[in-house]
Amino acid sequence: MARVVVDVMLKPEILDPQGQAVQRALPRLGYEGISDVRQGKRFELEVEGPVDDDALARIHQLAETFLANTVIEDFTVRVEEREEVTPA
Amino acid sequence: MTTRIGVVTFPGSLDDVDARRAISLAGAEPVALWHRDRSLHQVDAVVLPGGFSYGDYLRCGAIARFSPVMETVVEQARAGLPVLGICNGFQVLCESHLLPGALTRNDHLHFVCRDQRLRVENADTAWTSDYTEGQEITVPLKNGEGGYVADERTLDELEATGRVVFRYLDVNPNGSRRDIAGITNEAGNVVGLMPHPEHAVEALTGPTTDGLGFFTSVLKKLVTS
Repeated sequence: MARVVVDVMLKPEILDPQGQAVQRALPRLGYEGISDVRQGKRFELEVEGPVDDDALARIHQLAETFLANTVIEDFTVRVEEREEVTPA
Repeated sequence: MTTRIGVVTFPGSLDDVDARRAISLAGAEPVALWHRDRSLHQVDAVVLPGGFSYGDYLRCGAIARFSPVMETVVEQARAGLPVLGICNGFQVLCESHLLPGALTRNDHLHFVCRDQRLRVENADTAWTSDYTEGQEITVPLKNGEGGYVADERTLDELEATGRVVFRYLDVNPNGSRRDIAGITNEAGNVVGLMPHPEHAVEALTGPTTDGLGFFTSVLKKLVTS
């Protein structure tokens, strides 16, 4: 099983009031020096079979039509590499 | 022959019963439509009601858009069927790309619930012909994600082609671009808005009866066409 990660973020020009609320809370919690926070979504897809170009193309399409609303959001698709577990 | 207007119920719809009641009060026959049923049962128009379809998971309206009933609604809307999306229904119409733009989290992050004054900007759509351009109406507004956004080019185009149907007056309750409360498609048969006309149809329960005009408008259009 391979894992494909889709990250969805509001486009830079779209106001992110949730991210702003998080950013404004930071000084109160003692975290200084963080000038901006943007909040997004991360989807972890467990894929059966090989993650080849064809599978990635289908996931790209799924992200574009369903996971993200491209009117207001951008997305990235990447295969998450797993560290090989070497038997002792 | 009675005019039949369908109201779709999705899991999580809240205002489907009020919408059906408004349709009855306007003199048409309300028809309950179910999200898993592809058939529109020969209705003459469709209302997508308010609520939280599919729990608002992923994005408001994002999952409802792919329900079996919406396949037919999208197809028929493109062929001219009058469709009204109220609140969550507006979000579904944007997610379905029947209307441009999207609805995002209110800029102040609070759920808003108030009687909202609106200006009717376009009285030529299937759902607004009983109003006059420039008329001011008051209907309830209740949403957490009602901020209308679209890119500047789309906003300019909506303004230039008269497709802004309603604008907020007094206050902008949710950070909508250019105070936009409701819009229509090019043909004027599909209208979406965040405020709730179906809650303003009787003196006993609404702030006004200003919302009834939506339903009498479409009824008149269907009877005369």
